[in-house]
Amino acid sequence: MSAGSTRRVEVEEIGDVSVARFVDKKILDETNIQIIGNQLVALVDEDARKKIVLDFSNVEYLSSAALSKLLILEKKAKAAGAKLRFCGIRPDIYQIFTLTKLNKLFDIYDSEDQALEGL
Amino acid sequence: MSDQNFEISFPSDTVKGQEVQERIITCMESISYSDRDIFGMRLALEEALVNAIKHGNGMDPNKEVHVSCHVDETAARITIRDEGEGFDPDDVPDPTDEDNLEKPGGRGIMLMKAFMTEVTYCEGGNTVILVKHREVETEDSSAVAE
Repeated sequence: MSAGSTRRVEVEEIGDVSVARFVDKKILDETNIQIIGNQLVALVDEDARKKIVLDFSNVEYLSSAALSKLLILEKKAKAAGAKLRFCGIRPDIYQIFTLTKLNKLFDIYDSEDQALEGL
Repeated sequence: MSDQNFEISFPSDTVKGQEVQERIITCMESISYSDRDIFGMRLALEEALVNAIKHGNGMDPNKEVHVSCHVDETAARITIRDEGEGFDPDDVPDPTDEDNLEKPGGRGIMLMKAFMTEVTYCEGGNTVILVKHREVETEDSSAVAE
């Protein structure tokens, strides 16, 4: 299936940091969430990236299924000794993190510059 | 007069669920619900429909999800019924409990409750009723230029 190989996360190398930006505005669809999850986990498992910033600037919707994928990524990163930071989360979406108290678990910054600082 | 109503049944397929979700959102947009109301409804619908398709019907293509939609000027009321074995919503662990933070599960129901005015489970957990009261406008958009 061609949809399976579609890139849903664009990754840019800034120094020794991998900045991953979501392509989709809505991270709701089950198939997309699976692809996104696989691509993000591959950054840790296959590419052995040690510093990852996940930029949510483009994201307008996020479901609990997407949160579960982010949790898996966080666990993988922690196990591999990689640092993971989130940034660019708009207020509506940030409310989802605060309601679920996942803002306590994830390392969240306002902007990409702030996330990159001191990483 | 501007009420938007429909009923539909569809097989356990998340793509079909997305289509129904879009149809409900279109109903709300046609009566000019706020972006914030629509944001909450889209999130709640996604969670409720995925729950019905995956957890309720277990993705069984022989089982259907039944949706009724009523949207008027004051509120949107969506009823979603699956053909699964049901569940007790009280058995779902609190996802914000410190011990559960890293575990999956429970967040969908929690988000629905946060973004809807009312979330009611009935028929042994097979049916969920989502009600969203229209957000009160804080700005007088009817103001006319002098």
